[in-house]
Amino acid sequence: MSPTAKRALLQPIVDENPVTLHVLGICSALAVTTSLLPSLYMCVALTAVAAFSNAAVSAIRHVLPSSIRIIVQMTIIASLVIVVDESLQAFAFETSRELSVFVGLIITNCIVLGRTESFASKNPVGLSFLDGIGNGLGYSTILILVATSRELLGAGTLLGYTILPNVADGGWYKPNGMMLLPPSAFFVIGLIIWAVRTWKAEQVEKPDFRIHEVHRTEAL
Amino acid sequence: MPEPSQDSGAKTDTVLRTLLVALLVSLVCSSFVASAAVVLKPRQVENAILEMRRNILVVAGLWAPEAGVDELFESVEPRVVDLETGAYAEDIDPETYDPVEAAKDPASSVRVPSEIDIAKVGRRAKHALVYLVRRDGEVSKIILPISGYGLWSTLYGFLALEADGNTVSDITFYAHGETPGLGDFIVKPEWRELWRGKRAFDDSGALELQVVKGRVSANDPLAEYHVDGVSGATLTGNGVSNMMKYWLGDHGYGPFLKNIEGGGES
Repeated sequence: MSPTAKRALLQPIVDENPVTLHVLGICSALAVTTSLLPSLYMCVALTAVAAFSNAAVSAIRHVLPSSIRIIVQMTIIASLVIVVDESLQAFAFETSRELSVFVGLIITNCIVLGRTESFASKNPVGLSFLDGIGNGLGYSTILILVATSRELLGAGTLLGYTILPNVADGGWYKPNGMMLLPPSAFFVIGLIIWAVRTWKAEQVEKPDFRIHEVHRTEAL
Repeated sequence: MPEPSQDSGAKTDTVLRTLLVALLVSLVCSSFVASAAVVLKPRQVENAILEMRRNILVVAGLWAPEAGVDELFESVEPRVVDLETGAYAEDIDPETYDPVEAAKDPASSVRVPSEIDIAKVGRRAKHALVYLVRRDGEVSKIILPISGYGLWSTLYGFLALEADGNTVSDITFYAHGETPGLGDFIVKPEWRELWRGKRAFDDSGALELQVVKGRVSANDPLAEYHVDGVSGATLTGNGVSNMMKYWLGDHGYGPFLKNIEGGGES
């Protein structure tokens, strides 16, 4: 694999992670991560959509008039999302009910349109496909981390199997119900961003402006 | 790594070219979506039927995850009811009758008069498919399909009544598009638990069953007929109330339930 291809595939996992660095795709990361199984399906769905929409947009990038560029990208993304949603309803019925609207909402996930617009419309098909996979994997990494901690601490299970026996069933673990509520995903994502930026200090953004002390002369 | 070959725009941006690209993209995308939908349809229909049957079993209290849906479903007896008279329509085979299709056909359905169509049912089939659960030969539960509009979507579900046609046994919804985390309280087990033992009609036969705003207060004289709502999802709760009002009313299962009360059970 060429270094460029490797970069497109692996950079988005930590160094240019769409969730922790660009802070995109947060809505679905909050909504579907109460348990691990639907999160895994969501990861596969988003990765597939990101990869194939990137490839499709890249394939037509030379004939695509810039005036209708965004709407064409949205059309391609929306078509792929519908197909993914229909497939889930056919092959993973239970999970598709749990994911409900959130598969459909991949259309509005900024990661997908962000990649087609910023990467696929300027790069060849193969590389764009890898970039889509890479960003899907970056999103998946965070989603799996968040879902694992939420299901484990919130219910004491992983993929439905008991890991921490509940007090209610005669075990010792008292589930933290807050982990099952959306705000906890915010806290977990916040902690992950904090950890990543401590590890990779170059990801820390420069403040746009600072609140500074007001000097007496300025106040007057 | 942007490529230098990116088109300058002058060539691609003519009106004709733009229209052509838009047309082609639409054609390719729509045929792609359409063919996927057609190919996957049979499996989805199968899943939907299975899910509906599972819900009937759940509402009947017969559901056991380890047993197969089809096997358990043997013990449920589907019957076709003429909604106008409330009598069983013996000439229609419940195995093949499809109320959803019947509701679309003007010959086998009626328009719900708009002044009583609070649940926004629109058209309903003249005949309904109800399910009976028997214990020791006697009907122990009556399962009625219900539908109606919530906040965003039409809710489809089942209401299970005890043999008296008045006491609620359970309620489920197997298809809805209400707000996740808010309006979807209607499928939560804790909320369904609140319905158990509620009564639909008071002693004079008036329909009182409804979802109230917030909690049912302890000194509510109609507490027996009222179910807690969820604040923030009032409209979904109202939708369920409207469904009760319509489907248990005279235009819905009212005549059928009166027949049952009168011992007209066969």
